[in-house]
Amino acid sequence: MTKEQFERNDGKGESMDVLQIARPVAAATSDAEVTDNPTVLALKDLSVFYGDFRAVRGVTVDVRDNEITAMIGPSGCGKSTVLRSINRMNDLIPGARVEGDLKFHGVDLYDAKVDPVEVRRRIGMVFQKPNPFPKSIFDNITYGPKIAGVPKSEFEAIVEKSLRRAALWDEVKDRLDESALGMSGGQQQRLCIARAIATSPDVLLMDEPCSALDPIATGMIEDLMQEIKSRYTIVIVTHNMQQAARVSDRTAFFTAEADSENDRRTGVLVEYDRTERIFSNPADIRTENYVTGRFG
Amino acid sequence: MAIAIKPVGGLTPANIGESLRRKPDLKGALFQFVMLFSLSISIGVLVVLLYTVVSDAWPVLSTRLGDFVTGTLAPDAGRAGISQGLKGTFYLCVIVAIVAFPLGIAAAIYLEEYAPRTRLSSFIEVNIRNLAGVPSVVYGILGLAIFVNGWGISALTGGRSPLAGGLTLAALVLPVVIITTQEAIRAVPSALREAGFGVGATKWEVIKDHILPYAAPGILTGTLLSIARAAGEAAPLLLVGTITGFISNSPGWFDVRQVQDKFAAMPTIITSWAKQPEEGFRVENAAAAIVVLVAFVILLNSAAILLRNRFEAKRAG
Ligand SMILES: Nc1ncnc2c1ncn2[C@@H]1O[C@H](COP(=O)(O)OP(=O)(O)O)[C@@H](O)[C@H]1O
Ligand SMILES: [Mg+2]
Repeated sequence: MTKEQFERNDGKGESMDVLQIARPVAAATSDAEVTDNPTVLALKDLSVFYGDFRAVRGVTVDVRDNEITAMIGPSGCGKSTVLRSINRMNDLIPGARVEGDLKFHGVDLYDAKVDPVEVRRRIGMVFQKPNPFPKSIFDNITYGPKIAGVPKSEFEAIVEKSLRRAALWDEVKDRLDESALGMSGGQQQRLCIARAIATSPDVLLMDEPCSALDPIATGMIEDLMQEIKSRYTIVIVTHNMQQAARVSDRTAFFTAEADSENDRRTGVLVEYDRTERIFSNPADIRTENYVTGRFG
Repeated sequence: MAIAIKPVGGLTPANIGESLRRKPDLKGALFQFVMLFSLSISIGVLVVLLYTVVSDAWPVLSTRLGDFVTGTLAPDAGRAGISQGLKGTFYLCVIVAIVAFPLGIAAAIYLEEYAPRTRLSSFIEVNIRNLAGVPSVVYGILGLAIFVNGWGISALTGGRSPLAGGLTLAALVLPVVIITTQEAIRAVPSALREAGFGVGATKWEVIKDHILPYAAPGILTGTLLSIARAAGEAAPLLLVGTITGFISNSPGWFDVRQVQDKFAAMPTIITSWAKQPEEGFRVENAAAAIVVLVAFVILLNSAAILLRNRFEAKRAG
């Protein structure tokens, strides 16, 4: 993993497979247990600000390869804020900035030499509300590869592969030319996952991807996450604790507390651990209160 | 009935039918009537206006519409035509479209997407809004000073020419084009932007591939309506100086050299005819010219609506 890989690539004739990141083989950090997968994203004492307002602070999380990491906590505690700072989506908000460390395969994502566009190609995102482009199903998926310079001849293969991985191929293979807006909410969200997969990202960020969906569609997306986690590293924000318990390997619990600097409440990471520990034997009383439903 | 209705909030099986009965909504009905009344007044005024104009114009429209449209300005009311005015207005509209649309749309994109939110940028925004409210005659003075008599510029425009008039009208509609484009861009859902950035699009790619296509119907409507406005403006053209009596040479429709020549335009022809003592000019010809100009503007507006509907249907898939 070199910094050069992040700098804007004109992509001429280069396929996404070439751009895909080689996974470090045995680069586990020294303090990790023997069984831990290598760290993909290392957040260290991260704070995110909107102007003068510190929305969240003290986030230290190691996101590991081929795992699903869940972020839970009451609303307003900064889960989305942290997630959006990982693929530099927060750059779009005037005044938003980070303090602390955010490393992706060891590269500082907020280094001045890093191009946020390249970051977003490698760290894909699925949003709370399905947001397909008002284009055909086919064009939705090929848009990312197209702007990355992937040759047209590869499009059909990319579309099929992405839709299969998103468990959507059988439902839409006969209507790829139809508008994505005619699909059901659950199908649209899986299309958004397929669209994110199409650029061959290393990490998928999902911000409450099921909150607008019914239980059946939610179940399909949860199954799909289990299917694809062998290929991608997933970070999911959810305020559904059962979902976190069901799907994730590790869980980060956030809460909001009064800040000494101003009168607004700042989000803070309370505890980060293996999911079964967070839900069965948390170290912090606040986590226990939250996961047992006694949150005040 | 097998299922007993549980009394909820004072409801009993006995009074539930009464409680659900529709009650007369007098205030609602009155309000609806007042709104309908206002609507009829506006439409009534329009109908009366159209009726008077068409009936005044009828002697011309019914006997020599073809000659009237193709004929040239002449001292004889029975033979005068408006072809030079139509040509002039056509060229004015084309010049407005060529100059004001790209400039206005580009300025709006810059203001919405690139300009940092500083005191300077909000100062500029406020003043664009103010400019949209400046009386058109002021633009006429500007046009006269800069595009007709401006040092160096007059050589380019040829003085009192369609080019000078078109540039003046372009300046007049520019704020409106900017504002409507800005509003169309603002209406683009942020989810669509995020979708674009989320798959690794650059800012320019997001603007070009998602924001502009989504905003296109709104931009299009605004710009075509501003052309319609430019087509009907008389005051600035009176200052820039159009011919309403007799033009010596009369080039063909698509002879582009005429943009630097003396010219006539529909609104100024109407204004000048309406001041004539002779009834053939003051009533019949002026009204007929109004009918033609209104038809032209309605045509433009319909085109705007049609195009917008097509774009919107495409957007909705
Ligand atoms: N674009 C923004 N500008 C300013 N403040 C924001 C913005 N987005 C979120 N915030 C604030 O940051 C805090 C965390 O928000 P968020 O990350 O959305 O919480 P969560 O996803 O956990 O519900 C909240 O106090 C919220 O008001
Ligand atoms: Mg959120």
